[in-house]
Amino acid sequence: MTNDRGLKLIQSVEQADSSQKLLDAVQSLAAARLEEGIPTLIAALSYNNPGAAVAAVDGLVQLGEVAVPKLLTLLDDYNYSGRAWAIRALAGIGDPRALETLREAAETDFAMSVRRSAAKGLGNLRWSALPAQDVSAAQAQALKTLRLTAQDPEWVVRYAGVVGLQGLTTSVAESQTDIRPTVSEHFEQMLKTESDLAVRARVQLALDQLHKD
Amino acid sequence: MRESSFGNFESLSPEQSPEGSESLTVEQAIANLQGQDQGLRYYAAWWLGRFRVRESAAIDALIATLEDETDRTPEGGYPLRRNSARALGKLGDRKAVPALIRCLNCSDFYVRDAAAESLGMLGDPVCIPELMKLLEGGLEAAQPIPGCPHLAQPYNATIEALGSLGATAAIDLIQPFLDHPIERVQYAAARGMYQLTKNPIYANKLIQALGGQKLQLRRAALGDLGAIGYLPAAEAIAETLAENSLKLISLKGLLEYQVKNNSTESSSISEAAIQVMTLMDNLL
Repeated sequence: MTNDRGLKLIQSVEQADSSQKLLDAVQSLAAARLEEGIPTLIAALSYNNPGAAVAAVDGLVQLGEVAVPKLLTLLDDYNYSGRAWAIRALAGIGDPRALETLREAAETDFAMSVRRSAAKGLGNLRWSALPAQDVSAAQAQALKTLRLTAQDPEWVVRYAGVVGLQGLTTSVAESQTDIRPTVSEHFEQMLKTESDLAVRARVQLALDQLHKD
Repeated sequence: MRESSFGNFESLSPEQSPEGSESLTVEQAIANLQGQDQGLRYYAAWWLGRFRVRESAAIDALIATLEDETDRTPEGGYPLRRNSARALGKLGDRKAVPALIRCLNCSDFYVRDAAAESLGMLGDPVCIPELMKLLEGGLEAAQPIPGCPHLAQPYNATIEALGSLGATAAIDLIQPFLDHPIERVQYAAARGMYQLTKNPIYANKLIQALGGQKLQLRRAALGDLGAIGYLPAAEAIAETLAENSLKLISLKGLLEYQVKNNSTESSSISEAAIQVMTLMDNLL
C-alpha cells in the first residue's frame, strides 16, 4: 500500500457526491486498513448515511487499538448520531481505555441504541491490555455499571446488560476477581423480578451457560 | 454530504417522556381529560395510554371522550377521540370494547383506524362481525382514492386485528387483499392469512418482502414477522437492510413466541430460542 493510494481512498470519501459513492468509498477505505484513514472513517460516522457508518465502524473495529485514542478524543466534537456510532466502534474494539466512555454512555446516554451498545461493549473489554494491578478495580467499575444497566427502563438495554454481564463473567474467568458468584446471584434475582419475557429468557440462557463453564 | 431521506427509527419511538409528563399525576391527567382545555385533554389521553394507567376512573373517562364533539379539526376529524381510542387499546380493559365498536362507524378515518387497532389488541372476539363489515366491497372498494392520503377504510389495522383475534370466518374476505395495489396492505393480508391458516406460504411472502427495495417496506415486514413470531424468518430478519433496533424488536417477537409455545416444566431454553438470542446478541 503506497501513501499515494491511501490518499486517493481518503479523497474519494471526501469527494463522494451521492450516498452510493460514499458507501463504496468508505467500504474501500475500511478494507484498506490504513492508519492514516482513521480520521476519515471517524468523520464518516457523522454523515447520516447508515450504510457508510456501518462500513466505517467495521473498518475501525478491524484497525483495533490504534483507532482508540482518536475515537476517544474526537468523540465530543461530533454530532449526536456520529457519537452513537463511535460508541459502537469502541464497544467492538474492546480496548479497556474506553471503559469510562462506555460506562458513561451505558448509564446516561438518552438513546437506548447507544446504551445497549455500550452495555454489550462493557462485557467485551480485553482486560489483559491493562496493567495487572488495575484490573480488578476496572472490572468492579464495569460490573457496577452493568448492574445498573440491567435495571434500565428499556427492555433492549436490560437485554444488552445481561449479555454484558455474561461477557464480563466469561472474560474474567482466569483473573483474580470473584465476579462470577455476584453475577449469578444478580441473574437469579432478575429472574424473580424481570417482567419482560425476552429478557428473562436471555437471563436464563446466561445462567445455563455460566453453570456449564 | 447528507442523506436526509433516512428516517431515524429512534425518533419514531420516543425514548424520553415529553416535557411536562413527569409532573403530571394520574389524578391530574384524569381531571385534565374531563376539563375544558382541548390541548390538555388531548395530551392527557395520550399520557394515560403511554403510562399504562389502568385505573377504572381513567378507563371510564377515556371511554366518555369517544363521544366528544368539541375537539374538531377543520376537516371534521376528532383528534381527542383518536388519542383516546389508541390509549384504550394499550390499557387492556375490555370494558372499552362496545364504545370502540361504535367508533368503527365514526366519520373520521383515523378514529376508525385507531379503534380497529385497539380492538385487535384487546382480544375480545365480539367485535369480529363489525370489523368484517369494514372489508365489505373487497378490492374494488379498497382502491386508492386520488388526492386522499388514506384508503376508504383502515384495511391494514382491520386485517391485522382480525388475524390476531383468530377470526377464521374472515379468511375469504382477507384473501383478496393479498393482491391489493399497495404493498403494505398485501403484507397485512399475508400476516393475517398466516395467523388464520398457519400456512407458511403467507409468512414466506413477508420474508420475500425483507429483500425489497424500499426501506419503509422492509421495516413493515419486520414488524409483521415479529408479530406472527415466524421462526424460519430469523436469519432473514438479522440480515435485512434496516436498523438494528427494528431487527431486535422483530426477533424479540420470534423469541417470545418460542418461549410461550414451548413452556415446559423445566426452565431450560429451547435450541430455537437460543438461535434467536444469538442473532439478537450480534445486533446489540
